[in-house]
Amino acid sequence: MEENAFYVALSLLVNLDASLYQIVVLSLQVSLLAVLIAAALGFPLGAAVALWQFPGRGGVIVALNALMGLPPVVAGLGVYLLLSRAGPLGELGLLFTPSAMVIAQVILVLPILAALSRQKVEELLGEYREQFVSLGMSRACMMPTLLWDARFALLTVLLAGFGRASAEVGAVMMVGGNIDGVTRVMTTAIVLETSKGALPLALGLGIVLLTLVMVINATAYILSETAKRRMG
Amino acid sequence: MTSLNVPINDPIELSAPPSLQFESVEFNPFGHQLFGPCSFKLDGPGPTLVMGPNGAGKSLMLRLAHGLLTPTEGAVTWSGDGAPRQAMVFQTPVLLRRSALANLTHALAVNNIPRRLRTDLAREALARFGLSASADTPARVLSGGEKQRLALARAWALSPAVLFLDEPTSALDPAAIKEVETAVQEFHERGTRIVMTTHDLHQARRLAGDVLFLAGGKVQEHTPSNVFFDTPVSRQAQAFMSGELVA
Amino acid sequence: MKKTLNLVLAAVTTMGLTFSAHAEDYITLASTTSTENSGLFDSILPKFEDATGIEVRVVAVGTGQAFELARRGDADSLLVHDTNGEKRFVENGFATERADVMYNDFVLIGPKDDPANISEAQSAAGAFAAIAEAEAPFASRGDDSGTNRAELRLWANAGVEPGGSWYRELGSGMGPTLNTAAAMDAYVMSDRATWVAFENRQNLELLYAGDEVMFNQYGSLLLSEEKHPHLKHEMAAKWHNWLLSEEGQQAIADFKVDGQQLFFPNAK
Repeated sequence: MEENAFYVALSLLVNLDASLYQIVVLSLQVSLLAVLIAAALGFPLGAAVALWQFPGRGGVIVALNALMGLPPVVAGLGVYLLLSRAGPLGELGLLFTPSAMVIAQVILVLPILAALSRQKVEELLGEYREQFVSLGMSRACMMPTLLWDARFALLTVLLAGFGRASAEVGAVMMVGGNIDGVTRVMTTAIVLETSKGALPLALGLGIVLLTLVMVINATAYILSETAKRRMG
Repeated sequence: MTSLNVPINDPIELSAPPSLQFESVEFNPFGHQLFGPCSFKLDGPGPTLVMGPNGAGKSLMLRLAHGLLTPTEGAVTWSGDGAPRQAMVFQTPVLLRRSALANLTHALAVNNIPRRLRTDLAREALARFGLSASADTPARVLSGGEKQRLALARAWALSPAVLFLDEPTSALDPAAIKEVETAVQEFHERGTRIVMTTHDLHQARRLAGDVLFLAGGKVQEHTPSNVFFDTPVSRQAQAFMSGELVA
Repeated sequence: MKKTLNLVLAAVTTMGLTFSAHAEDYITLASTTSTENSGLFDSILPKFEDATGIEVRVVAVGTGQAFELARRGDADSLLVHDTNGEKRFVENGFATERADVMYNDFVLIGPKDDPANISEAQSAAGAFAAIAEAEAPFASRGDDSGTNRAELRLWANAGVEPGGSWYRELGSGMGPTLNTAAAMDAYVMSDRATWVAFENRQNLELLYAGDEVMFNQYGSLLLSEEKHPHLKHEMAAKWHNWLLSEEGQQAIADFKVDGQQLFFPNAK
């Protein structure tokens, strides 16, 4: 390779041009929004499965664990068929929009957040249960307390979800269409440049993506470590 | 799950703490006889110290009385209408990952104390147990003794009519033990029924009004403390006091 | 805690708003990777937008998937290169009109030392037969794309039934197939546009081109209003007509990579 990918990555970052900036911003918007929505649904879901005993609970746990490995392209295909004009939600006209990409990533991330938060909340519940019952708390009342007290563990779970969302390409390619300036994100741009044989540029974009994800992870790590040290 | 959530509004009657009765209570999950059958009544002034060798069923008895466990047979009944307001302090205090103050306001919140009253009640309880300076300290970085005092303060804020304590001092140094014992006396003077397990004979001598002696999941003896320590009735209690192994 | 929640809500709302803030005057064009990868659209779409104010959003996929998108009503317009398939699409009522827009040609790429000696071939059939004869590694798209279908036609022309360990079906787009061919020193058939714009050539070079049977015709289709009344037919028609107009045809001819014209307008 004549051009060095690290050099390309560096110059991409230094001369942050408008189109790259747009791609980076869209990537972050889509993945962060997807993770936030998935957290709003997945954390209570995980906590509920941890708290309540019901028939089929084991099945739900196994299903959530298995869905953590859902291939992105399958999620993409499912959302495509749903949002396609010929599909049940076609009327909404969401296909090939960032909203469609968010929906697909929510489906990918939700099982991770629900399954891992179920585990974390269950661990914490083991520690707190007698005290909670002693305080006369109902299960519904325990849920917010547990979610808040598991916040550091859940932040790590959140980061795992964000990692999955920002790294996947199959789903956003399928439902976003990789439209220049509209639905092109880091990963689909990398696929495109690779298919053009522009390998240093593709790798450079990859390094930019990795750098972003690392900055986000490092920030979260430092914040949570500081808080953890304070909280003991 | 048994709900122990009794609204806090009636003032505590200092003269008469509610009495507790075990009627043929048994606990035998999956066919293993772990406790009972047992019948006894706690209606004296207390404090009641529950003693006995390891595995005697002391912790089980507390949990059955407090409603953390449901008897497989028999019933736990209280004088008056329904279960009184009660709290429990565990051997290892279970504290939330929040500040000392927030631990108390949380307990008050889940007991439906109006928001405007919570902070004052919590601060008052912290002050009573010498924790005012630690109000904003995360509960889990407090020392062992402070943690147990915080657990007691949390119980105090809820003004329970009954307080269960499960070996609350077994992991503490002498100074911290003394603070916990003082706190238990305060609860007692406030009219709270105290039911506490301990391994420590000296502690039992210092605190007990009456002693409930368990061995092998059964009550062997329930006598006033002076009787128990001077002339124990049961063979097991005699053996226990003289440091023998009790079956 | 409440503050955090409010902040999150605000962020979500803002993000949602940014998404919907895009222009309304646009059509979605389903097209092939070869046109997108070559850079043709980057060159001609701004000219169309200047002339009409209509933005064209290109979803570049394989020809098979492009047809499927149009069939399901997910694209307003279709520009592909599979003349037979396009005609069937019209016959089946999914499109009302099909027109030639431009052509480029397929080229045979291979390792510089050319073990099958196809650079000496007299015809496309001769070149394909020589590769099969030498059992030299050949990387096929194997994805039922327009290029893949053309390749299979050319094998049939040469009287060869491709198969065996030298014939590798990759199931990939043109770019990935070229990357793979470069890595394993294989012969490969590509459209000229993708090849000229392709950067990771390594030991590969263009060895055979020029036979008329290797011309690659692109067609634009007007989709059926009856099947999918919700599509933006009016704007799609403007795009279709602009492609066929003198202005559009000139724009296609003006697109060059390294001074080389890649697409030859041939609207009638």
